[in-house]
Amino acid sequence: MLSPKQQLTLRQMQVGQSGTVVQVAGGRGRMTRLNALGIRPGRRITKVSSMFMRGPVTVRMGQTQIAIGFGMANRILVEVD
Amino acid sequence: MGNPNVGKSVFFSRITGVKVIASNYPGTTVSFTRGFMKLAGDEVEVIDVPGTYSLEPASKAEEVASEMLQDGDLVINIIDATNLERNLYLALELLEKQTPVIVALNIWDDTKHRGITIDVEKLEQLLGVPVVPTAAITGQGIKELVDRIPEATSPSMPVRTHDERWVAIGSIIDEVQTIVHRHHTWLERLEDASAKPFTGLPIAALVLGISFLVVRFVGEGLIGYVFEPLFERLWAPLMMNLSVVLGSGGFWHDILIGKLFDGEIDFFQSMGVLTTGLYIPIGAVLPYIFAFYLVLGFLEDLGYLPRLAVLLDNLMHRIGLHGYAIIPTMLGLGCNVPAIMATRILESRRERFIAATLISIGIPCAAAHAMIFGLVGAQGVQYVAMVYGSLFVVWIILGFILNRTIKGFSPELLIEIPPYRLPSWRVLLQKLWMRIYGFLREALPIILAAIFVIGILYTLGVFDFIANLTAPVVSGIFGLPKEGVVAIVVGFLRKDVAIGMLAPLSLSAGQLVVGCVVLSMFFPCIAAFVVLARELGVKRLIGATAIMITAAVIVGGLLNLIL
Repeated sequence: MLSPKQQLTLRQMQVGQSGTVVQVAGGRGRMTRLNALGIRPGRRITKVSSMFMRGPVTVRMGQTQIAIGFGMANRILVEVD
Repeated sequence: MGNPNVGKSVFFSRITGVKVIASNYPGTTVSFTRGFMKLAGDEVEVIDVPGTYSLEPASKAEEVASEMLQDGDLVINIIDATNLERNLYLALELLEKQTPVIVALNIWDDTKHRGITIDVEKLEQLLGVPVVPTAAITGQGIKELVDRIPEATSPSMPVRTHDERWVAIGSIIDEVQTIVHRHHTWLERLEDASAKPFTGLPIAALVLGISFLVVRFVGEGLIGYVFEPLFERLWAPLMMNLSVVLGSGGFWHDILIGKLFDGEIDFFQSMGVLTTGLYIPIGAVLPYIFAFYLVLGFLEDLGYLPRLAVLLDNLMHRIGLHGYAIIPTMLGLGCNVPAIMATRILESRRERFIAATLISIGIPCAAAHAMIFGLVGAQGVQYVAMVYGSLFVVWIILGFILNRTIKGFSPELLIEIPPYRLPSWRVLLQKLWMRIYGFLREALPIILAAIFVIGILYTLGVFDFIANLTAPVVSGIFGLPKEGVVAIVVGFLRKDVAIGMLAPLSLSAGQLVVGCVVLSMFFPCIAAFVVLARELGVKRLIGATAIMITAAVIVGGLLNLIL
């Protein structure tokens, strides 16, 4: 059992899938902003939708819905349930 | 202070009586408003601060918030009770500072049907400052909060790192909050549907289509059944009497009443201060201002606009912006002044420049819409479509060019999407009234003064001089009669009056289209120009102006060739 659970980026996740954030990569400014919104390792997250053609990904965390740009969504790694 | 979209502005107007515009999207307030309240017999200054997620600012509006904190003697930290966890982040940051804090657990009324229970006493213990549940929209809990302001303290929490703060929040949440699962409401179903592309795009088209129809229906209705009869049946006879009293001619007659057509007043063309001067703002524009802001206010308070931003993010990236720029753009359809202010919600200077420039060029304000519908609409709907089609194409192409030519890149979208909330009529109507009052207060004097000055300049023959001077451009490139330059000059003051001045030129439908497009694209009105200068700085303003003039000349010339 090397990897018991699958790790996917927010972009790769299916709509409706939930998981736990394991890694957030990016520049310092963006990291600060994501952190203040509560997107950080250990956080439960559910993908709500994604726009086609490299559009933003919408996620739900607790009571909050957040739309995240495509590139950023690509750098957020989630351990899927 | 508090996170974006937690009801700070509603709260503020509750405790100070000062009216401010509030909506259901993050970033409604982009600058601060001052007000006063009575506290134990003293007048205390209260400041409504733009929302921020943390004290490390990420946009201009958030910077304003962080700066304000340094001047405050006491902070009322407004927290969205339905979103406790995220809101506590800023709260903890505030509690690490030396300023005394009191916490308002706002939107308390919404927690019950969301299945959220919060142990307020426990939270108070853990934070070490007073915590009061409130519902600013209904006024619940506001008095208790104000009574407890003297208890506000600074617990001087140890300064934590990001991670430590979240760990602390986690343990607070575990102790005070319980959430029970409950069934989805129809509003939440709608939330999901409007976020997914396959249902979201048709919904967006439907929402925008219905909005347009409602604005036209209400606007036309008000004109046809209220304002037109009022002016034609009540005001016109009164003015005709005045006309006779003034001797049916002469200087004052021409200034106040203007020209008569077949012995009658033509409210569009007479150009008297008391005839056209009053008719344009009140009879033609006001009904559309009312209709537009009614619909916009509803969409704002429902929480639809951020969803539109997500749907259009793709398109907006092509023109160097991200989806959230659609919000200032939508505001621009009402008035460019608050729209340019609202570009502060965008993160980079580059985005603000592109957004502000595109708004000033491609987005006609409600006053211009009213006149375009009134004047061009009389020639046929297809011509109105041509005006808007041209402006839309210009907006896209220009954005595309600006995106390619200006250094830098547009940051990615990262926004919180608020839940749909049924608009409160109190907030909606108050906002509508503020916007209408704002229009009357700012536009009415300028319009009256403009018509007055135009009247005098006409009698002095100044316009003939300018007209001859600019004839090569106006007639040669735009194909308009040389007197059309008067409208362009006036356009610098007010767009509505300027478009109205095309009326007496007896233009063909094609010329009207060219005229309206050129007037919309050329300089923004003086009020928008001042805000543009303030927000962009002189250097960038000159750049934006150069772009406007170039674009207006090119597009006007092209349209003239085509039509």
